[in-house]
Amino acid sequence: MSTEVTVEMITCVIDGFEVTVPKGTLVIRAAEKLGIQIPRFCDHPLLDPAGACRQCLVDIEINGRAFPKPQASCTIPVENGMVVKTQLTSPVADKAQKGIMELLLINHPLDCPVCDKGGECPLQNQAMSNGRETSRYEGVKRTFEKPVAISSQVLLDRERCVLCARCTRFSEQIAGDPFITLNERGALQQVGIYEDEPFNSYYSGNTVQICPVGALTGTSYRFRARPFDLVSNDSACEHCASGCAMRTDVRRGKTLRRLAGEDATANEEWNCDKGRWAFKYEVKNRISTPMIRNAAGQLEEASWPEALAAAAKGLTNAKVGVLVGGRSTVEDAYGYSKFARVALGTNNIDFRSRINSAEELEFFAAANSTATYKDIDNADQVVLLAFEPEDESPIVFLRIYKQVRKRALKVSTLTPYTSRGSEKLNATVIKMVPGNEVAAISAINGLTGKSVVLIGERLSETPGALSAALELVNKSAAKLGYVPRRAGDTGAIAAGAVANLLPGGRLVSDATARVDVAAAWGASALPTETGLTTNEIIGSGTNAVLIGGVDPFDISAEAKLSLSKKFVVSLEIRESDITDIAQVVLPVAAVVEKSGSFMDWQGKSRKFDSAVESLNRSDVRILSMLADEIGKPINLPTVSAARKEFEAIGNWDGAKPSMKSTGTGASLNVGADEAIISSWRNLLDKGSLQEGEDNLAGTARATTAVISQSRASALSVKDGELIRVSNTYGAVTLPCTIADIDNSAIWLPRNSTNSQLIKVLGTVGNSIVKVSKA
Amino acid sequence: MTKLTPVLSAHWDEPDSFTIAAYKRNGGYTAVAKALAMQPDEVIQMVKDSGLRGRGGAGFPTGSKWGFIPQGDNKEHYMVVNADESEPGTCKDMPLLLANPHVLVEGIIIGSYAIRANYAFIYIRGEVTHVVRRVQQAITDAYAAGLLGKNILGKGFDLELVLHVGAGAYICGEETALLDSLEGFRGQPRLRPPFPAIAGLYAKPTVVNNVESIASVPAIINNGVAWFGGMGTEKSKGFTLYSLSGHVNNPGQFEAPLGITLRELLELSGGIRKGHKLKFWTPGGSSTPIFTDQHLDVALDYEGVSAAGSMLGTKALQIFDETTCVVRAVLRWTEFYKHESCGKCTPCREGTWWLVQALKDLEAGRGTEADLDKLLDLCDNIMGRSFCALADGAASPIISSLKYFRQEYLDHLSQGGCPFDPAASTLFENAGVK
Repeated sequence: MSTEVTVEMITCVIDGFEVTVPKGTLVIRAAEKLGIQIPRFCDHPLLDPAGACRQCLVDIEINGRAFPKPQASCTIPVENGMVVKTQLTSPVADKAQKGIMELLLINHPLDCPVCDKGGECPLQNQAMSNGRETSRYEGVKRTFEKPVAISSQVLLDRERCVLCARCTRFSEQIAGDPFITLNERGALQQVGIYEDEPFNSYYSGNTVQICPVGALTGTSYRFRARPFDLVSNDSACEHCASGCAMRTDVRRGKTLRRLAGEDATANEEWNCDKGRWAFKYEVKNRISTPMIRNAAGQLEEASWPEALAAAAKGLTNAKVGVLVGGRSTVEDAYGYSKFARVALGTNNIDFRSRINSAEELEFFAAANSTATYKDIDNADQVVLLAFEPEDESPIVFLRIYKQVRKRALKVSTLTPYTSRGSEKLNATVIKMVPGNEVAAISAINGLTGKSVVLIGERLSETPGALSAALELVNKSAAKLGYVPRRAGDTGAIAAGAVANLLPGGRLVSDATARVDVAAAWGASALPTETGLTTNEIIGSGTNAVLIGGVDPFDISAEAKLSLSKKFVVSLEIRESDITDIAQVVLPVAAVVEKSGSFMDWQGKSRKFDSAVESLNRSDVRILSMLADEIGKPINLPTVSAARKEFEAIGNWDGAKPSMKSTGTGASLNVGADEAIISSWRNLLDKGSLQEGEDNLAGTARATTAVISQSRASALSVKDGELIRVSNTYGAVTLPCTIADIDNSAIWLPRNSTNSQLIKVLGTVGNSIVKVSKA
Repeated sequence: MTKLTPVLSAHWDEPDSFTIAAYKRNGGYTAVAKALAMQPDEVIQMVKDSGLRGRGGAGFPTGSKWGFIPQGDNKEHYMVVNADESEPGTCKDMPLLLANPHVLVEGIIIGSYAIRANYAFIYIRGEVTHVVRRVQQAITDAYAAGLLGKNILGKGFDLELVLHVGAGAYICGEETALLDSLEGFRGQPRLRPPFPAIAGLYAKPTVVNNVESIASVPAIINNGVAWFGGMGTEKSKGFTLYSLSGHVNNPGQFEAPLGITLRELLELSGGIRKGHKLKFWTPGGSSTPIFTDQHLDVALDYEGVSAAGSMLGTKALQIFDETTCVVRAVLRWTEFYKHESCGKCTPCREGTWWLVQALKDLEAGRGTEADLDKLLDLCDNIMGRSFCALADGAASPIISSLKYFRQEYLDHLSQGGCPFDPAASTLFENAGVK
């Protein structure tokens, strides 16, 4: 089915050169195609034209009729017969541009030497290329009190601002968070925030990046570095499955900042604030040497040979399992996958360091997740199942929002209440009581082959929901996109870091598939039984566990205690709840220190090289050494060796098994003072990779419990008043928000300040809690 | 000698001229009955045929503007009246609305019927409280008389008319800024295209007309195209309000055929104050390049004024005699533009800021002749470079004053200050008054 529409092509002449571009292309963009750069400030290819700065003035005539005055090339689409003269061939355009530049500079401070933007500043650069040699202005420059904190992360120096409105347009048009706007008028015009609506946008960092001057700066980076001291590296974001291209800027071995990279097939030019401003974890509480727990129960530094020997000894001749975590690179996940099968001879491996179910394994085997960002662009509707994109995959949110704004794309979402993200998407909320997902999914209709169904990992928390979702997709031929939360999840499934799958989606239970992989690995045979899941590995199924980067409190309240009774080998970057109980700790490289790739939700891998020099090694290298020590080598001495081998194995081309319907979930009955709890993780919360990022935390959404109006009335609480949510395990007390949630339900953030549900309540959903006035 | 042709202002001298009773007594609300009996397209054609051109400054043919509204598009259409009269010197719409608000209401009903709009808005500047009250009362009375609301005059046409009071910004007289302001946003001009006729108020096809343009329609309906075309010149037909202010003996509004000259208007208004002579004047408000006594016989129609190097604008003739320092007058205007610049685009925001500083220096006699060239070059970098016409208006008086009175600027520099006695130009200066 071809969805491509033929685009009419237009030919025009710019500075004497003919150029042919699609209809609707702006003059400034057509000129770029010829390599002619017209200076600009307000213009941005992903924002609606503003025509505000007037820097891009050019002379234009159409079929011999000249415009009487120079035109802003960022606002005028090309036409057939158009002849454009830029500053290169028109003295009028050249003088107009120089005139505008002079005017922009009269009130701009000469503080470039201390400005963050100095050295990478479009104003600086274009003042050199398209400005006068000297200013004729002799008056006093406009000054403002500086800086103004427009949020905890973004600072504004108003006197530097050229009022291009990129930041305000971004916030409104791209992020859907119009919390900053231009205030006042004339020469006093300035970017401002609302008195009662803080600039708490998940995407605010992009405004700093697209600011063409140094008016907006990031609090965390301000005055920290000069751009010419930084070494820039293309990188991939490790925070979620959106798959953002990133740029990591490093000075003398330390990450100073991260920026959104460009990739039209993924994040375009944007990223979220977590991806931009959460990277201090890479230097906090790092483990630098291997450690072995001594007889006194203390971790003691050890040499690599000692530590590897101890780990190998503990892992052999044991009932063993492997927990990968969700943050591994594809290569590392592949290493764990191969290590489990070859070195440990087991399929007891699971990347799911979260609430998980056995049904989900079947889903991984059966689901054909093919949807892409482009499918969202072309979708006739998008259905979100247990997936809150703004919190759980923020760039997927931006892409949906783009189409909602552009062509009122229809979005429906299966969710307990209308979140702010749903509001912004103007989504039809498929109201459901938590636990009732199956009935709600089965009732969805009207999907076509152009519809996109996005499934979040939380759908596995309700029995039967995943199979119902797959049934919905299959009967409608809609495109399925499985969007897990962590950056390593998709890669881990592909690499076979899961109990029922080998690399490339090959079924453990399929003899041909096993032979396929065994041949590639040079192994005589692979273990045939489907392995244990995370819960079973943590439970009584094993007595030794190899763990790479897992927070036990992501899984259950008892996981740490249960694991502490086993022989645990921990591959970690820093001290954690696992290193607390591990017998052997092996330090590994943080993302910036290693090369690798992350596979996004589309199944697309983004490779990256190490940005920071380090002696730390990637997990796969350590695993390879450990396998050697065990005497069953996996022969993956480098990341590139792992990547090469993984790519050579390729995807399974055999039939996927079908998923049997597992029936409906049991709906819970609640008393008047009880509620069924549901939750998801807010983007900015107590996640371990956000530790120490106080400026970032300052824009997190307030922790509140969402209840219905009738519950609020019954409890006689008003919006914002405290309520207490408790069960036999514990209790949290937090302000309530009254929303359109079912009377029998309550929603809390899963891992936010004062609401770390697994730690405090021992549950995150589908169970009954007591709700009372605090 | 051209004679005055009072139509809109015919009954301003009656003490109750602003009431619906007086308006009806003088033949008001008869045109609307005629218009509603016609086909909407016939009304548009009639206004086109009359040659009525926009009285707000640009002179765009009113009928053509109405004709641009796509019909049969199943969208709401809106009629918006621009009553944000704020240009220095311009004082025609406010007196008209004060003395005869019903003629506007009648014009709006006819215009809305023609473009098939069921909602109309009057955007009026907020400072003129008394006018706001009169217009609001007129609307209330028109509703009571069945001239607004459902099924007007039993002809099946519905129209809701809303009076919206602005918050005092000159830029909101720019039609797209006006629409933004009317929608509740900050008044800043919009990017065009799309033009208001395609996507105006709330992105619906919208006509934005000046008060006087709309108010002229009932008379055209009543008296016919030939009657209207009998006044004025070939391309500038009809009657219009000329507002004279400044150093004239009888300032005020003079309704005359287009093409009258200042010489004739001065005669009708009692001439320059006694003992003084004309030095310079604006033909259409402070945004239009100034004229001098060489231009007394320029025909004040769209073509005549344009040919002489200025614009008819709002026909606001500010008259200055020889006691006035042109540098000072230009500085005052420039300060106005700096204050009213919306800030959206660079040349206007930064340019007007700089122009004021430059002119202050010149007025105080600081600088050299090279600074005059710099000032002109600065104007060249502002004029025609901005987002809307506001900055052009700011540069016009400077460029034209330098054209006619360069020596006076130089005199400031050579004398180290203003050679004029500022008190002499004031109206409380007795010497020579009447």
